[in-house]
Amino acid sequence: FLGAGGGNDIQWCFSQVKGAVDDDVAEADIISTVEFNHSGELLATGDKGGRVVIFQQEQENKTQSHSRGEYNVYSTFQSHEPEFDYLKSLEIEEKINKIRWLPQKNAAQFLLSTNDKTIKLWKISERDKRPEGYNLKEEDGRYRDPTTVTTLRVPVFRPMDLMVEASPRRIFANAHTYHINSISINSDYETYLSADDLRINLWHLEITDRSFNIVDIKPANMEELTEVITAAEFHPNSCSTFVYSSSKGTIRLCDMRTSALCDRHSKLFEEPEDPSNRSFFSEIISSISDVKFSHSGRYMMTRDYLSVKIWDLNMENRPVETYQVHEYLRSKLCSLYENDCIFDKFECCWNGSDRQVEFFSLIVMTGSYNNFFRMFDRNTKRDITLEASRENNKPRTVLKPRKVCASGKRKKDEISVDSLDFNKKILHTAWHPKENIIAVATTNNLYIFQDKMN
Amino acid sequence: MAALLGTGALAEEAGQEKQDTQEKEKPIPPERAEEAKLKAKYPNLGQKPGGSDFLMKRLQKGQKYFDSGDYNMAKAKMKNKQLPSAGPDKNLVTGDHIPTPQDLPQRKSSLVTSKLAG
Repeated sequence: FLGAGGGNDIQWCFSQVKGAVDDDVAEADIISTVEFNHSGELLATGDKGGRVVIFQQEQENKTQSHSRGEYNVYSTFQSHEPEFDYLKSLEIEEKINKIRWLPQKNAAQFLLSTNDKTIKLWKISERDKRPEGYNLKEEDGRYRDPTTVTTLRVPVFRPMDLMVEASPRRIFANAHTYHINSISINSDYETYLSADDLRINLWHLEITDRSFNIVDIKPANMEELTEVITAAEFHPNSCSTFVYSSSKGTIRLCDMRTSALCDRHSKLFEEPEDPSNRSFFSEIISSISDVKFSHSGRYMMTRDYLSVKIWDLNMENRPVETYQVHEYLRSKLCSLYENDCIFDKFECCWNGSDRQVEFFSLIVMTGSYNNFFRMFDRNTKRDITLEASRENNKPRTVLKPRKVCASGKRKKDEISVDSLDFNKKILHTAWHPKENIIAVATTNNLYIFQDKMN
Repeated sequence: MAALLGTGALAEEAGQEKQDTQEKEKPIPPERAEEAKLKAKYPNLGQKPGGSDFLMKRLQKGQKYFDSGDYNMAKAKMKNKQLPSAGPDKNLVTGDHIPTPQDLPQRKSSLVTSKLAG
């Protein structure tokens, strides 16, 4: 599919870019999460300043059949504010770590957004009419003197300009001592989990004053701490199953039916390490930064610093596939450690599922440096590197594949490893659940790319 | 072929050399070469493999150098001139100098709309 022509290949074209053009990036504008809702009609972003921006896809224009609907701003609100925990002398960042959408049940949309400590359920609803003709109130809201009312009328609803309102419906607070890295909504659509460095809690969406602890890996003596939880996700179909990944590169699958506290995993996924390859960096680069189940739930994908691994839930002792994202960085680990880039947490995502056939998770997407992002096709084993840049912004022009030259003679159009800009990182990407539309976040801009339609 | 890495300044060069010549015989895994580079630059780097130090750092992310006891003493001092008799004198002095939340670099809450929505 990847740019080389042929029947099923996807040809990615620039569609839109959101955000400021200038290079001077305010810290608050750094995008920290990107997520499509279940229909793909809405696309939410969260940033370091605690704000959420939601874009809505335009209904397809019948006359302009060559482009799918564009995404325009639908709603924006301040989800979290900075706080100071006086008791623990901790500053609590307002940065939105994750957004997860609930499936739509009625006219309103709901999403969960979380910072390091508090999860909030937001309701986003539309108002397109308002009541007019009150007897006791003027149109501007002032109260009328009741003695001046001589006739009565029935107030009626009249159309108004669409207003989209966001209101916090639930606040799930005070359940995490450490920093929340993940939230995941259960397939029962009633409960969800939140995971911090050492614990995972189970919540009911309706109940904010109580939460069940289902995983606790805090050692009795903190000196014995050897690993932390880095990500967690519920299985897409089995409501008692979830996985969590660790800083040591392992994934544990747990079943809530076995016990109230799932400290003993049902399965442990770990790739054996070659001891002769072990170095100071081994553990750091094996830390898993993201875990995502495939649509069917048969597989899961993990992202560590240099690679993406696909695991078959039926095989614990090694991944079934491994894709190298930027192997050329292995010989740069020393400087990547010095500039802290080795701790960057890249996410990964699957292609959307095509409901017309049994859904397959076939393509993997993840980000890299220099505003590059990578895709891997599991069937053809081909991969491609693309760039999110304003220079490629001609709609309907297919993006040109990029290539990094690891060593030796650099060919024309290749970029040498030493020229890569490590400040331009793509940590967050998202794939529309049904169509070949992707959202790619650079530091402070959001790019939308689409499949070139025939 | 240089088997020993010298001082920091020479380490990278020597490392490169080492890699080049040894590639013909038995290649050093690039990770090991990078590790050697790092240890040459920072000889005092902990002996434990990179892992646990970072974990503790990660758990403590966001810690501010601040003492709540002193903060409360300073706050009490501001409210009334009377010194609480239980409070030792030195706390007053440090209560003056230790930053209060108001003195910490103000992280203004973002009342500005995101530029993505612009």
